[in-house]
Amino acid sequence: MLATSKLRCQLFVPNLPKSIKRPATNHCAAGSPSFIGKSKACSARVSAGEAPITFPRGGGKDGDDEGDFPFGLRREALPKHVAVIMDGNGRWAASRGLPTASGHVAGYKALKLMVELSCRWGIRVLTVFAFSSENWLRPKPEVDFLMTLFENVLKEDLRDLLREDIRICIIGDSSKLPKTLQKMSTEVEEISHRNSRLDLVVALSYSGRTDIVQACQKIAQKVKNGILHPEDITETCVAQELETSSAVGYPYPDLLIRTSGELRLSNFLLWELAYTELYFSQSHWPDFGEDEYVEALRAFQKRQRRFGLRTAL
Amino acid sequence: MSTIFGNLCCMFRRCLFSVLSIGPIPDHIAFIMDGNRRYAKRTQISTGHRVGFSALISVLRYCYEIGVKYVTIYAFSIDNFKRKPEEVQSTMDLMKEKIDELLEEHSIVNKYGIRMNFWGNLNLLNDAVRLSVEKAMRNTSNNTGPVLSVCVAYTSTNEIAHAIEKSCCQKTEMMKRMHANGFENGVVEKNTQTMVTVVDLEMHLFSNDCPDPDIIIRTSGETRLSNFLLWQSSFSHLQNPTPLWPEFSLRHLVWAILSYQRAYPYLQNRSKKML
Repeated sequence: MLATSKLRCQLFVPNLPKSIKRPATNHCAAGSPSFIGKSKACSARVSAGEAPITFPRGGGKDGDDEGDFPFGLRREALPKHVAVIMDGNGRWAASRGLPTASGHVAGYKALKLMVELSCRWGIRVLTVFAFSSENWLRPKPEVDFLMTLFENVLKEDLRDLLREDIRICIIGDSSKLPKTLQKMSTEVEEISHRNSRLDLVVALSYSGRTDIVQACQKIAQKVKNGILHPEDITETCVAQELETSSAVGYPYPDLLIRTSGELRLSNFLLWELAYTELYFSQSHWPDFGEDEYVEALRAFQKRQRRFGLRTAL
Repeated sequence: MSTIFGNLCCMFRRCLFSVLSIGPIPDHIAFIMDGNRRYAKRTQISTGHRVGFSALISVLRYCYEIGVKYVTIYAFSIDNFKRKPEEVQSTMDLMKEKIDELLEEHSIVNKYGIRMNFWGNLNLLNDAVRLSVEKAMRNTSNNTGPVLSVCVAYTSTNEIAHAIEKSCCQKTEMMKRMHANGFENGVVEKNTQTMVTVVDLEMHLFSNDCPDPDIIIRTSGETRLSNFLLWQSSFSHLQNPTPLWPEFSLRHLVWAILSYQRAYPYLQNRSKKML
Protein backbone atom coordinates (compact mmCIF):
# COMPACT_ATOMS: atom_id res chain seq x y z
CA MET A 1 0.00 0.00 0.00
CA LEU A 2 1.58 3.27 -1.03
CA ALA A 3 1.40 5.95 1.64
CA THR A 4 0.76 9.27 -0.05
CA SER A 5 3.05 11.14 2.33
CA LYS A 6 5.96 8.96 1.28
CA LEU A 7 5.47 9.43 -2.41
CA ARG A 8 7.89 11.86 -3.90
CA CYS A 9 8.46 12.23 -7.52
CA GLN A 10 12.18 11.90 -7.57
CA LEU A 11 13.90 10.33 -10.50
CA PHE A 12 15.83 8.08 -8.21
CA VAL A 13 16.22 4.35 -8.21
CA PRO A 14 18.33 2.82 -5.45
CA ASN A 15 21.65 1.05 -6.18
CA LEU A 16 22.20 2.70 -9.52
CA PRO A 17 25.24 1.76 -11.53
CA LYS A 18 26.92 4.65 -13.31
CA SER A 19 26.11 3.66 -16.85
CA ILE A 20 24.27 1.09 -18.90
CA LYS A 21 26.47 -1.80 -19.85
CA ARG A 22 25.70 -2.86 -23.38
CA PRO A 23 26.67 -6.50 -23.84
CA ALA A 24 29.32 -7.17 -26.46
CA THR A 25 27.58 -10.23 -27.86
CA ASN A 26 24.37 -10.30 -29.82
CA HIS A 27 21.59 -11.83 -27.74
CA CYS A 28 18.81 -11.66 -30.25
CA ALA A 29 16.85 -14.83 -30.95
CA ALA A 30 16.93 -14.80 -34.73
CA GLY A 31 14.81 -17.27 -36.65
CA SER A 32 12.21 -17.97 -33.96
CA PRO A 33 8.73 -18.04 -35.50
CA SER A 34 7.04 -17.10 -32.24
CA PHE A 35 6.27 -13.46 -31.78
CA ILE A 36 6.95 -13.66 -28.08
CA GLY A 37 10.47 -12.32 -27.82
CA LYS A 38 12.42 -13.93 -25.03
CA SER A 39 14.48 -11.57 -22.95
CA LYS A 40 18.06 -12.76 -22.97
CA ALA A 41 19.30 -12.16 -19.47
CA CYS A 42 22.95 -11.34 -19.36
CA SER A 43 24.62 -11.51 -15.99
CA ALA A 44 26.57 -8.37 -16.75
CA ARG A 45 23.62 -6.49 -18.18
CA VAL A 46 21.87 -3.75 -16.32
CA SER A 47 18.19 -3.27 -16.98
CA ALA A 48 17.12 -0.03 -18.59
CA GLY A 49 15.20 0.90 -15.49
CA GLU A 50 18.15 0.64 -13.16
CA ALA A 51 20.48 3.10 -14.81
CA PRO A 52 20.34 6.83 -14.97
CA ILE A 53 19.64 7.96 -18.49
CA THR A 54 19.72 11.42 -19.88
CA PHE A 55 18.78 12.58 -23.29
CA PRO A 56 21.78 12.76 -25.66
CA ARG A 57 23.51 16.11 -25.75
CA GLY A 58 24.15 17.50 -29.21
CA GLY A 59 22.78 14.41 -30.89
CA GLY A 60 22.53 14.67 -34.65
CA LYS A 61 19.57 14.04 -36.89
CA ASP A 62 18.85 10.47 -37.89
CA GLY A 63 21.49 9.07 -40.11
CA ASP A 64 24.33 10.93 -38.41
CA ASP A 65 25.11 8.07 -36.04
CA GLU A 66 25.95 5.26 -38.47
CA GLY A 67 28.46 3.82 -36.05
CA ASP A 68 25.73 3.24 -33.46
CA PHE A 69 23.25 1.56 -35.79
CA PRO A 70 22.63 -1.98 -34.57
CA PHE A 71 24.11 -4.84 -36.51
CA GLY A 72 21.62 -6.77 -38.60
CA LEU A 73 18.98 -4.03 -38.80
CA ARG A 74 18.24 -2.47 -42.16
CA ARG A 75 17.68 1.24 -41.79
CA GLU A 76 15.39 1.42 -44.83
CA ALA A 77 13.14 -1.29 -43.40
CA LEU A 78 12.64 0.22 -39.97
CA PRO A 79 9.06 0.90 -38.94
CA LYS A 80 8.08 4.53 -39.23
CA HIS A 81 5.71 4.34 -36.28
CA VAL A 82 6.28 2.21 -33.20
CA ALA A 83 3.63 1.89 -30.49
CA VAL A 84 4.37 0.54 -27.02
CA ILE A 85 2.24 -0.81 -24.20
CA MET A 86 4.62 -0.26 -21.28
CA ASP A 87 3.47 -3.11 -19.05
CA GLY A 88 5.11 -4.60 -16.00
CA ASN A 89 6.33 -1.74 -13.79
CA GLY A 90 4.52 -3.10 -10.75
CA ARG A 91 5.72 -6.66 -11.27
CA TRP A 92 9.27 -5.45 -11.86
CA ALA A 93 9.19 -3.60 -8.54
CA ALA A 94 7.57 -6.51 -6.70
CA SER A 95 10.24 -8.92 -7.94
CA ARG A 96 12.85 -6.65 -6.37
CA GLY A 97 10.98 -6.04 -3.15
CA LEU A 98 10.48 -2.40 -4.10
CA PRO A 99 7.32 -0.30 -3.91
CA THR A 100 5.26 0.08 -7.10
CA ALA A 101 6.32 3.71 -7.34
CA SER A 102 9.91 2.62 -7.92
CA GLY A 103 8.68 0.49 -10.80
CA HIS A 104 7.03 3.48 -12.41
CA VAL A 105 10.16 5.59 -12.02
CA ALA A 106 12.25 2.80 -13.51
CA GLY A 107 9.69 2.53 -16.29
CA TYR A 108 10.14 6.20 -17.04
CA LYS A 109 13.88 5.64 -17.46
CA ALA A 110 13.17 2.84 -19.91
CA LEU A 111 10.92 5.21 -21.83
CA LYS A 112 13.64 7.83 -22.03
CA LEU A 113 16.02 5.22 -23.41
CA MET A 114 13.49 4.18 -26.01
CA VAL A 115 12.95 7.79 -27.05
CA GLU A 116 16.71 8.24 -27.37
CA LEU A 117 17.11 5.10 -29.47
CA SER A 118 14.12 5.93 -31.65
CA CYS A 119 15.56 9.37 -32.38
CA ARG A 120 18.96 7.90 -33.14
CA TRP A 121 17.68 5.23 -35.49
CA GLY A 122 15.22 7.41 -37.37
CA ILE A 123 11.86 6.16 -36.11
CA ARG A 124 9.43 8.95 -36.92
CA VAL A 125 6.59 8.34 -34.45
CA LEU A 126 6.61 6.70 -31.05
CA THR A 127 3.26 6.21 -29.33
CA VAL A 128 3.30 5.07 -25.72
CA PHE A 129 0.43 3.86 -23.56
CA ALA A 130 1.18 5.72 -20.36
CA PHE A 131 -2.19 5.58 -18.58
CA SER A 132 -5.38 3.88 -19.73
CA SER A 133 -8.94 4.79 -18.84
CA GLU A 134 -9.07 1.51 -16.90
CA ASN A 135 -6.05 2.57 -14.81
CA TRP A 136 -8.23 5.12 -12.95
CA LEU A 137 -9.47 2.10 -10.99
CA ARG A 138 -6.05 1.52 -9.45
CA PRO A 139 -5.45 2.53 -5.81
CA LYS A 140 -5.65 6.30 -5.37
CA PRO A 141 -2.12 6.71 -3.99
CA GLU A 142 -0.72 4.99 -7.09
CA VAL A 143 -2.85 7.11 -9.41
CA ASP A 144 -1.86 10.31 -7.60
CA PHE A 145 1.79 9.31 -7.80
CA LEU A 146 1.52 8.69 -11.52
CA MET A 147 -0.17 12.04 -12.15
CA THR A 148 2.60 13.78 -10.22
CA LEU A 149 5.22 11.79 -12.11
CA PHE A 150 3.73 12.76 -15.47
CA GLU A 151 3.63 16.42 -14.50
CA ASN A 152 7.19 16.47 -13.23
CA VAL A 153 8.43 14.62 -16.29
CA LEU A 154 6.85 17.17 -18.61
CA LYS A 155 8.27 20.00 -16.51
CA GLU A 156 11.78 18.69 -16.05
CA ASP A 157 12.44 17.13 -19.44
CA LEU A 158 10.82 19.77 -21.60
CA ARG A 159 14.10 21.51 -22.37
CA ASP A 160 15.74 18.24 -23.41
CA LEU A 161 12.79 17.32 -25.56
CA LEU A 162 12.86 20.68 -27.31
CA ARG A 163 16.60 20.47 -27.84
CA GLU A 164 16.20 17.04 -29.41
CA ASP A 165 13.54 18.40 -31.77
CA ILE A 166 10.88 16.09 -30.34
CA ARG A 167 7.23 16.98 -30.74
CA ILE A 168 4.90 15.93 -27.93
CA CYS A 169 1.27 15.03 -28.50
CA ILE A 170 -1.04 13.96 -25.70
CA ILE A 171 -4.07 11.86 -26.59
CA GLY A 172 -6.82 10.66 -24.30
CA ASP A 173 -9.57 12.09 -22.14
CA SER A 174 -7.73 15.04 -20.61
CA SER A 175 -10.83 16.15 -18.67
CA LYS A 176 -10.09 13.50 -16.04
CA LEU A 177 -6.50 14.66 -15.51
CA PRO A 178 -5.64 17.09 -12.71
CA LYS A 179 -5.99 20.69 -13.87
CA THR A 180 -2.29 21.39 -13.46
CA LEU A 181 -1.40 18.42 -15.65
CA GLN A 182 -3.95 19.47 -18.25
CA LYS A 183 -2.39 22.92 -18.36
CA MET A 184 1.13 21.51 -18.52
CA SER A 185 0.17 19.14 -21.33
CA THR A 186 -1.34 21.92 -23.42
CA GLU A 187 1.71 24.11 -22.92
CA VAL A 188 4.14 21.33 -23.84
CA GLU A 189 2.15 20.51 -26.98
CA GLU A 190 2.11 24.16 -28.03
CA ILE A 191 5.78 24.76 -27.36
CA SER A 192 6.90 21.64 -29.20
CA HIS A 193 4.47 21.62 -32.10
CA ARG A 194 7.04 22.82 -34.65
CA ASN A 195 9.52 20.07 -33.81
CA SER A 196 9.97 17.40 -36.41
CA ARG A 197 12.60 14.81 -35.53
CA LEU A 198 10.32 12.50 -33.59
CA ASP A 199 6.61 12.65 -32.76
CA LEU A 200 6.20 11.33 -29.22
CA VAL A 201 2.52 10.55 -28.68
CA VAL A 202 1.63 9.93 -25.06
CA ALA A 203 -1.68 8.19 -24.44
CA LEU A 204 -2.94 9.49 -21.08
CA SER A 205 -6.35 8.52 -19.69
CA TYR A 206 -6.83 6.88 -23.06
CA SER A 207 -9.22 4.24 -24.38
CA GLY A 208 -9.24 3.02 -27.98
CA ARG A 209 -12.97 2.46 -27.84
CA THR A 210 -13.64 5.90 -26.40
CA ASP A 211 -11.57 7.41 -29.20
CA ILE A 212 -13.74 5.65 -31.77
CA VAL A 213 -16.90 6.79 -29.97
CA GLN A 214 -15.76 10.42 -29.89
CA ALA A 215 -15.02 10.18 -33.63
CA CYS A 216 -18.49 8.75 -34.08
CA GLN A 217 -20.01 11.63 -32.10
CA LYS A 218 -18.20 14.24 -34.19
CA ILE A 219 -19.53 12.58 -37.33
CA ALA A 220 -23.02 12.40 -35.83
CA GLN A 221 -22.85 16.11 -35.09
CA LYS A 222 -21.96 16.79 -38.73
CA VAL A 223 -24.94 14.69 -39.79
CA LYS A 224 -27.17 16.58 -37.37
CA ASN A 225 -25.93 19.90 -38.75
CA GLY A 226 -26.59 18.76 -42.31
CA ILE A 227 -22.90 18.85 -43.30
CA LEU A 228 -22.78 15.11 -43.95
CA HIS A 229 -25.33 12.50 -45.01
CA PRO A 230 -25.31 9.16 -43.16
CA GLU A 231 -24.81 7.25 -46.41
CA ASP A 232 -21.63 9.27 -47.07
CA ILE A 233 -19.97 8.06 -43.86
CA THR A 234 -16.86 6.13 -44.88
CA GLU A 235 -13.89 4.63 -43.08
CA THR A 236 -11.88 7.69 -44.13
CA CYS A 237 -14.40 9.94 -42.36
CA VAL A 238 -13.98 7.94 -39.17
CA ALA A 239 -10.18 7.77 -39.42
CA GLN A 240 -9.95 11.55 -39.82
CA GLU A 241 -11.79 12.15 -36.55
CA LEU A 242 -9.59 9.90 -34.42
CA GLU A 243 -7.17 11.65 -32.07
CA THR A 244 -4.13 10.05 -33.70
CA SER A 245 -4.91 11.27 -37.19
CA SER A 246 -4.71 14.92 -36.26
CA ALA A 247 -1.73 14.31 -33.98
CA VAL A 248 0.82 12.82 -36.33
CA GLY A 249 1.83 12.31 -39.94
CA TYR A 250 1.93 8.50 -39.66
CA PRO A 251 -1.09 7.65 -37.55
CA TYR A 252 -0.98 3.87 -38.05
CA PRO A 253 1.69 1.99 -36.10
CA ASP A 254 3.79 -0.42 -38.12
CA LEU A 255 4.86 -2.22 -34.96
CA LEU A 256 3.24 -2.61 -31.55
CA ILE A 257 5.39 -3.81 -28.66
CA ARG A 258 3.86 -5.00 -25.41
CA THR A 259 6.12 -5.98 -22.56
CA SER A 260 5.77 -8.39 -19.63
CA GLY A 261 4.40 -11.24 -21.68
CA GLU A 262 0.72 -10.28 -21.61
CA LEU A 263 -0.94 -11.15 -24.93
CA ARG A 264 -3.64 -8.53 -25.38
CA LEU A 265 -4.24 -5.01 -26.66
CA SER A 266 -5.99 -3.70 -23.52
CA ASN A 267 -8.07 -1.12 -25.39
CA PHE A 268 -5.06 0.59 -26.97
CA LEU A 269 -5.51 2.25 -30.34
CA LEU A 270 -7.65 -0.59 -31.84
CA TRP A 271 -8.69 1.07 -35.14
CA GLU A 272 -5.11 2.10 -35.82
CA LEU A 273 -3.81 -1.43 -35.18
CA ALA A 274 -5.65 -2.97 -38.13
CA TYR A 275 -2.46 -4.02 -39.93
CA THR A 276 0.12 -3.48 -37.24
CA GLU A 277 2.67 -6.19 -36.53
CA LEU A 278 2.32 -7.27 -32.92
CA TYR A 279 5.36 -8.14 -30.83
CA PHE A 280 5.06 -9.42 -27.27
CA SER A 281 8.18 -9.30 -25.13
CA GLN A 282 8.58 -11.31 -21.95
CA SER A 283 10.62 -8.53 -20.33
CA HIS A 284 8.93 -6.24 -17.88
CA TRP A 285 8.92 -2.66 -19.12
CA PRO A 286 11.76 -1.32 -16.92
CA ASP A 287 13.95 -4.16 -18.26
CA PHE A 288 13.18 -3.32 -21.91
CA GLY A 289 16.48 -1.91 -23.08
CA GLU A 290 18.41 -1.57 -26.29
CA ASP A 291 18.87 -5.30 -26.79
CA GLU A 292 15.16 -5.94 -26.44
CA TYR A 293 14.28 -3.07 -28.77
CA VAL A 294 16.71 -4.34 -31.40
CA GLU A 295 15.22 -7.82 -31.08
CA ALA A 296 11.73 -6.42 -31.63
CA LEU A 297 12.85 -4.44 -34.67
CA ARG A 298 14.66 -7.46 -36.07
CA ALA A 299 11.51 -9.56 -35.66
CA PHE A 300 9.57 -6.82 -37.45
CA GLN A 301 11.99 -6.76 -40.35
CA LYS A 302 11.62 -10.53 -40.85
CA ARG A 303 7.87 -10.27 -41.32
CA GLN A 304 6.02 -10.21 -44.58
CA ARG A 305 3.27 -7.63 -44.56
CA ARG A 306 0.70 -8.45 -47.22
CA PHE A 307 -2.32 -6.24 -46.32
CA GLY A 308 -4.72 -8.88 -47.67
CA LEU A 309 -2.83 -9.49 -50.88
CA ARG A 310 -0.83 -12.56 -51.81
CA THR A 311 2.65 -11.06 -52.01
CA ALA A 312 4.34 -8.83 -49.46
CA LEU A 313 4.37 -5.11 -50.19
CA MET B 1 -11.88 -52.26 -36.52
CA SER B 2 -11.96 -48.63 -37.64
CA THR B 3 -15.24 -48.16 -35.73
CA ILE B 4 -13.62 -49.47 -32.54
CA PHE B 5 -10.67 -47.15 -33.08
CA GLY B 6 -13.03 -44.27 -33.79
CA ASN B 7 -14.95 -44.95 -30.59
CA LEU B 8 -11.73 -45.16 -28.59
CA CYS B 9 -10.63 -41.77 -29.99
CA CYS B 10 -14.00 -40.32 -29.11
CA MET B 11 -13.77 -41.64 -25.57
CA PHE B 12 -10.24 -40.32 -25.16
CA ARG B 13 -11.36 -36.93 -26.42
CA ARG B 14 -14.24 -36.83 -23.95
CA CYS B 15 -11.86 -37.65 -21.09
CA LEU B 16 -9.49 -34.95 -22.26
CA PHE B 17 -12.30 -32.38 -22.45
CA SER B 18 -13.51 -33.36 -18.98
CA VAL B 19 -10.07 -32.62 -17.61
CA LEU B 20 -9.92 -29.34 -19.52
CA SER B 21 -13.29 -28.36 -18.11
CA ILE B 22 -11.85 -28.24 -14.61
CA GLY B 23 -10.53 -24.85 -15.67
CA PRO B 24 -12.48 -22.04 -17.32
CA ILE B 25 -13.62 -22.76 -20.87
CA PRO B 26 -13.75 -19.73 -23.15
CA ASP B 27 -17.22 -18.75 -24.31
CA HIS B 28 -16.02 -17.36 -27.61
CA ILE B 29 -13.01 -18.23 -29.76
CA ALA B 30 -12.24 -16.37 -32.99
CA PHE B 31 -9.96 -17.78 -35.69
CA ILE B 32 -7.95 -16.12 -38.43
CA MET B 33 -7.52 -19.17 -40.63
CA ASP B 34 -4.18 -18.28 -42.18
CA GLY B 35 -1.88 -20.56 -44.17
CA ASN B 36 -4.07 -22.48 -46.63
CA ARG B 37 -2.09 -21.44 -49.66
CA ARG B 38 1.27 -22.07 -48.03
CA TYR B 39 0.00 -25.51 -47.04
CA ALA B 40 -1.03 -26.23 -50.62
CA LYS B 41 2.40 -25.15 -51.89
CA ARG B 42 4.21 -27.25 -49.31
CA THR B 43 2.14 -30.39 -49.94
CA GLN B 44 1.91 -29.75 -53.69
CA ILE B 45 -1.86 -29.83 -53.92
CA SER B 46 -3.79 -27.49 -56.16
CA THR B 47 -5.60 -25.53 -53.46
CA GLY B 48 -5.36 -25.44 -49.70
CA HIS B 49 -8.84 -24.02 -49.11
CA ARG B 50 -10.62 -27.38 -49.33
CA VAL B 51 -8.25 -28.91 -46.81
CA GLY B 52 -8.70 -25.77 -44.77
CA PHE B 53 -12.46 -26.29 -44.77
CA SER B 54 -12.02 -29.87 -43.47
CA ALA B 55 -9.82 -28.52 -40.71
CA LEU B 56 -12.52 -25.99 -39.88
CA ILE B 57 -15.19 -28.68 -39.50
CA SER B 58 -12.95 -30.66 -37.14
CA VAL B 59 -12.11 -27.58 -35.08
CA LEU B 60 -15.77 -26.60 -34.85
CA ARG B 61 -16.65 -30.06 -33.63
CA TYR B 62 -13.95 -29.95 -30.95
CA CYS B 63 -14.95 -26.44 -29.87
CA TYR B 64 -18.61 -27.33 -29.48
CA GLU B 65 -17.76 -30.58 -27.67
CA ILE B 66 -15.54 -28.71 -25.23
CA GLY B 67 -18.36 -26.26 -24.57
CA VAL B 68 -17.32 -23.18 -26.53
CA LYS B 69 -20.58 -21.42 -27.35
CA TYR B 70 -19.43 -18.96 -30.00
CA VAL B 71 -16.92 -19.47 -32.78
CA THR B 72 -16.06 -16.70 -35.25
CA ILE B 73 -13.95 -17.23 -38.34
CA TYR B 74 -12.32 -14.79 -40.73
CA ALA B 75 -13.20 -16.35 -44.06
CA PHE B 76 -12.71 -13.52 -46.55
CA SER B 77 -11.58 -9.95 -46.02
CA ILE B 78 -12.65 -6.97 -48.13
CA ASP B 79 -8.91 -6.58 -48.81
CA ASN B 80 -8.86 -10.06 -50.37
CA PHE B 81 -10.97 -8.76 -53.26
CA LYS B 82 -7.74 -7.12 -54.44
CA ARG B 83 -6.30 -10.56 -55.26
CA LYS B 84 -6.34 -11.98 -58.78
CA PRO B 85 -9.92 -12.21 -60.13
CA GLU B 86 -9.63 -15.93 -60.82
CA GLU B 87 -8.52 -16.59 -57.24
CA VAL B 88 -11.36 -14.47 -55.86
CA GLN B 89 -13.87 -16.29 -58.07
CA SER B 90 -12.66 -19.74 -57.08
CA THR B 91 -12.82 -18.76 -53.40
CA MET B 92 -16.36 -17.49 -53.87
CA ASP B 93 -17.38 -20.69 -55.67
CA LEU B 94 -15.90 -22.80 -52.90
CA MET B 95 -17.64 -20.69 -50.27
CA LYS B 96 -21.02 -21.19 -51.92
CA GLU B 97 -20.42 -24.91 -52.24
CA LYS B 98 -19.46 -25.25 -48.59
CA ILE B 99 -22.29 -23.08 -47.26
CA ASP B 100 -24.77 -25.24 -49.18
CA GLU B 101 -23.08 -28.36 -47.76
CA LEU B 102 -23.45 -27.03 -44.25
CA LEU B 103 -27.21 -26.80 -44.74
CA GLU B 104 -27.52 -30.46 -45.65
CA GLU B 105 -29.13 -32.81 -43.21
CA HIS B 106 -26.05 -34.72 -42.12
CA SER B 107 -23.88 -31.65 -41.61
CA ILE B 108 -22.36 -30.41 -38.39
CA VAL B 109 -24.84 -27.50 -38.40
CA ASN B 110 -27.77 -29.82 -37.90
CA LYS B 111 -25.91 -32.15 -35.57
CA TYR B 112 -25.19 -29.37 -33.07
CA GLY B 113 -28.10 -27.05 -33.87
CA ILE B 114 -25.68 -24.31 -34.92
CA ARG B 115 -26.99 -20.83 -35.63
CA MET B 116 -25.02 -19.23 -38.45
CA ASN B 117 -24.25 -15.53 -38.77
CA PHE B 118 -22.50 -13.90 -41.69
CA TRP B 119 -20.77 -10.65 -40.83
CA GLY B 120 -19.60 -8.29 -43.53
CA ASN B 121 -20.61 -6.08 -46.40
CA LEU B 122 -22.66 -8.79 -48.07
CA ASN B 123 -23.50 -6.50 -51.00
CA LEU B 124 -19.94 -7.04 -52.20
CA LEU B 125 -20.60 -10.73 -52.73
CA ASN B 126 -21.84 -12.05 -56.05
CA ASP B 127 -25.54 -12.94 -56.22
CA ALA B 128 -25.03 -16.70 -55.94
CA VAL B 129 -22.97 -16.50 -52.76
CA ARG B 130 -25.15 -13.82 -51.23
CA LEU B 131 -28.27 -15.93 -51.78
CA SER B 132 -26.59 -18.94 -50.14
CA VAL B 133 -25.53 -16.77 -47.22
CA GLU B 134 -29.02 -15.37 -46.74
CA LYS B 135 -30.52 -18.84 -46.96
CA ALA B 136 -28.07 -20.16 -44.35
CA MET B 137 -28.92 -17.34 -41.93
CA ARG B 138 -32.63 -17.78 -42.50
CA ASN B 139 -32.61 -21.58 -42.12
CA THR B 140 -30.57 -21.52 -38.92
CA SER B 141 -32.06 -18.44 -37.28
CA ASN B 142 -34.19 -20.50 -34.88
CA ASN B 143 -31.41 -22.87 -33.90
CA THR B 144 -30.58 -22.73 -30.22
CA GLY B 145 -27.21 -24.44 -30.21
CA PRO B 146 -23.79 -22.87 -30.48
CA VAL B 147 -23.17 -19.96 -32.82
CA LEU B 148 -20.87 -19.85 -35.85
CA SER B 149 -20.16 -16.37 -37.17
CA VAL B 150 -18.46 -16.22 -40.55
CA CYS B 151 -16.76 -12.96 -41.46
CA VAL B 152 -16.99 -12.63 -45.23
CA ALA B 153 -16.45 -9.46 -47.26
CA TYR B 154 -15.51 -8.11 -43.86
CA THR B 155 -13.13 -5.70 -42.27
CA SER B 156 -13.49 -4.34 -38.79
CA THR B 157 -13.06 -0.72 -39.88
CA ASN B 158 -15.87 -1.26 -42.39
CA GLU B 159 -18.00 -2.78 -39.62
CA ILE B 160 -17.40 0.21 -37.33
CA ALA B 161 -18.09 2.75 -40.11
CA HIS B 162 -21.28 0.84 -40.93
CA ALA B 163 -22.32 0.90 -37.24
CA ILE B 164 -21.74 4.65 -37.10
CA GLU B 165 -23.85 5.14 -40.21
CA LYS B 166 -26.67 3.05 -38.76
CA SER B 167 -26.47 4.89 -35.44
CA CYS B 168 -26.66 8.26 -37.17
CA CYS B 169 -29.60 7.13 -39.31
CA GLN B 170 -31.41 5.90 -36.24
CA LYS B 171 -30.89 9.17 -34.37
CA THR B 172 -31.91 11.21 -37.40
CA GLU B 173 -35.13 9.19 -37.70
CA MET B 174 -35.76 9.70 -33.99
CA MET B 175 -35.41 13.49 -34.41
CA LYS B 176 -37.77 13.52 -37.38
CA ARG B 177 -40.35 11.50 -35.46
CA MET B 178 -40.14 13.82 -32.51
CA HIS B 179 -40.59 16.86 -34.72
CA ALA B 180 -43.50 15.16 -36.51
CA ASN B 181 -45.12 14.41 -33.14
CA GLY B 182 -45.03 18.06 -32.28
CA PHE B 183 -42.12 18.12 -29.86
CA GLU B 184 -40.56 21.54 -29.51
CA ASN B 185 -37.09 22.09 -30.91
CA GLY B 186 -35.66 22.50 -27.44
CA VAL B 187 -37.01 19.12 -26.31
CA VAL B 188 -35.77 17.38 -29.44
CA GLU B 189 -32.38 18.99 -28.98
CA LYS B 190 -32.19 17.87 -25.36
CA ASN B 191 -33.10 14.30 -26.22
CA THR B 192 -30.62 14.03 -29.05
CA GLN B 193 -27.83 16.02 -27.45
CA THR B 194 -25.57 13.07 -27.20
CA MET B 195 -26.26 11.88 -30.69
CA VAL B 196 -24.47 8.56 -30.46
CA THR B 197 -23.19 6.68 -27.43
CA VAL B 198 -21.09 3.57 -27.05
CA VAL B 199 -24.29 1.60 -26.50
CA ASP B 200 -25.69 2.79 -29.83
CA LEU B 201 -22.46 1.90 -31.58
CA GLU B 202 -22.24 -1.59 -30.08
CA MET B 203 -25.88 -2.24 -30.93
CA HIS B 204 -25.13 -1.73 -34.60
CA LEU B 205 -21.98 -3.80 -34.82
CA PHE B 206 -22.45 -7.16 -36.54
CA SER B 207 -21.42 -8.82 -33.28
CA ASN B 208 -24.14 -7.18 -31.19
CA ASP B 209 -25.56 -10.48 -29.95
CA CYS B 210 -22.18 -12.15 -29.27
CA PRO B 211 -19.84 -11.59 -26.35
CA ASP B 212 -16.34 -10.35 -27.18
CA PRO B 213 -13.91 -13.16 -28.06
CA ASP B 214 -12.02 -14.60 -25.13
CA ILE B 215 -9.31 -15.85 -27.47
CA ILE B 216 -8.28 -14.77 -30.97
CA ILE B 217 -6.11 -17.35 -32.72
CA ARG B 218 -4.20 -16.62 -35.90
CA THR B 219 -2.50 -19.65 -37.39
CA SER B 220 0.72 -19.84 -39.40
CA GLY B 221 2.61 -17.74 -36.89
CA GLU B 222 1.62 -14.40 -38.38
CA THR B 223 1.40 -11.66 -35.85
CA ARG B 224 -1.30 -9.17 -36.80
CA LEU B 225 -5.07 -8.87 -36.72
CA SER B 226 -5.45 -7.84 -40.38
CA ASN B 227 -8.50 -5.70 -39.62
CA PHE B 228 -10.36 -8.46 -37.78
CA LEU B 229 -12.62 -7.66 -34.78
CA LEU B 230 -10.56 -4.63 -33.74
CA TRP B 231 -13.28 -3.26 -31.42
CA GLN B 232 -14.12 -6.67 -29.98
CA SER B 233 -10.47 -7.73 -29.50
CA SER B 234 -9.82 -5.06 -26.89
CA PHE B 235 -9.28 -7.51 -24.03
CA SER B 236 -9.00 -10.80 -25.94
CA HIS B 237 -6.15 -13.22 -25.35
CA LEU B 238 -4.14 -13.19 -28.59
CA GLN B 239 -2.39 -16.33 -29.82
CA ASN B 240 -0.38 -17.07 -32.94
CA PRO B 241 0.46 -20.78 -33.15
CA THR B 242 2.97 -21.74 -35.82
CA PRO B 243 0.99 -24.47 -37.66
CA LEU B 244 -0.71 -23.49 -40.89
CA TRP B 245 -4.51 -23.55 -40.71
CA PRO B 246 -4.97 -27.02 -42.32
CA GLU B 247 -2.51 -28.35 -39.70
CA PHE B 248 -4.40 -26.86 -36.75
CA SER B 249 -5.63 -29.87 -34.84
CA LEU B 250 -7.06 -30.97 -31.53
CA ARG B 251 -3.76 -30.70 -29.65
CA HIS B 252 -3.29 -27.10 -30.83
CA LEU B 253 -6.79 -26.22 -29.68
CA VAL B 254 -6.20 -27.87 -26.31
CA TRP B 255 -2.93 -25.95 -25.96
CA ALA B 256 -4.72 -22.74 -26.86
CA ILE B 257 -7.30 -23.29 -24.14
CA LEU B 258 -4.63 -24.23 -21.60
CA SER B 259 -2.75 -21.00 -22.41
CA TYR B 260 -5.98 -19.08 -21.92
CA GLN B 261 -6.59 -20.83 -18.60
CA ARG B 262 -3.08 -19.89 -17.44
CA ALA B 263 -3.78 -16.24 -18.18
CA TYR B 264 -7.35 -16.40 -16.85
CA PRO B 265 -6.68 -15.24 -13.23
CA TYR B 266 -4.98 -12.11 -14.58
CA LEU B 267 -7.81 -11.53 -17.09
CA GLN B 268 -10.44 -11.88 -14.40
CA ASN B 269 -8.55 -9.57 -12.06
CA ARG B 270 -8.45 -6.94 -14.77
CA SER B 271 -12.13 -7.22 -15.66
CA LYS B 272 -13.15 -7.03 -11.98
CA LYS B 273 -11.21 -3.78 -11.67
CA MET B 274 -13.16 -2.41 -14.58
CA LEU B 275 -16.61 -3.20 -13.16
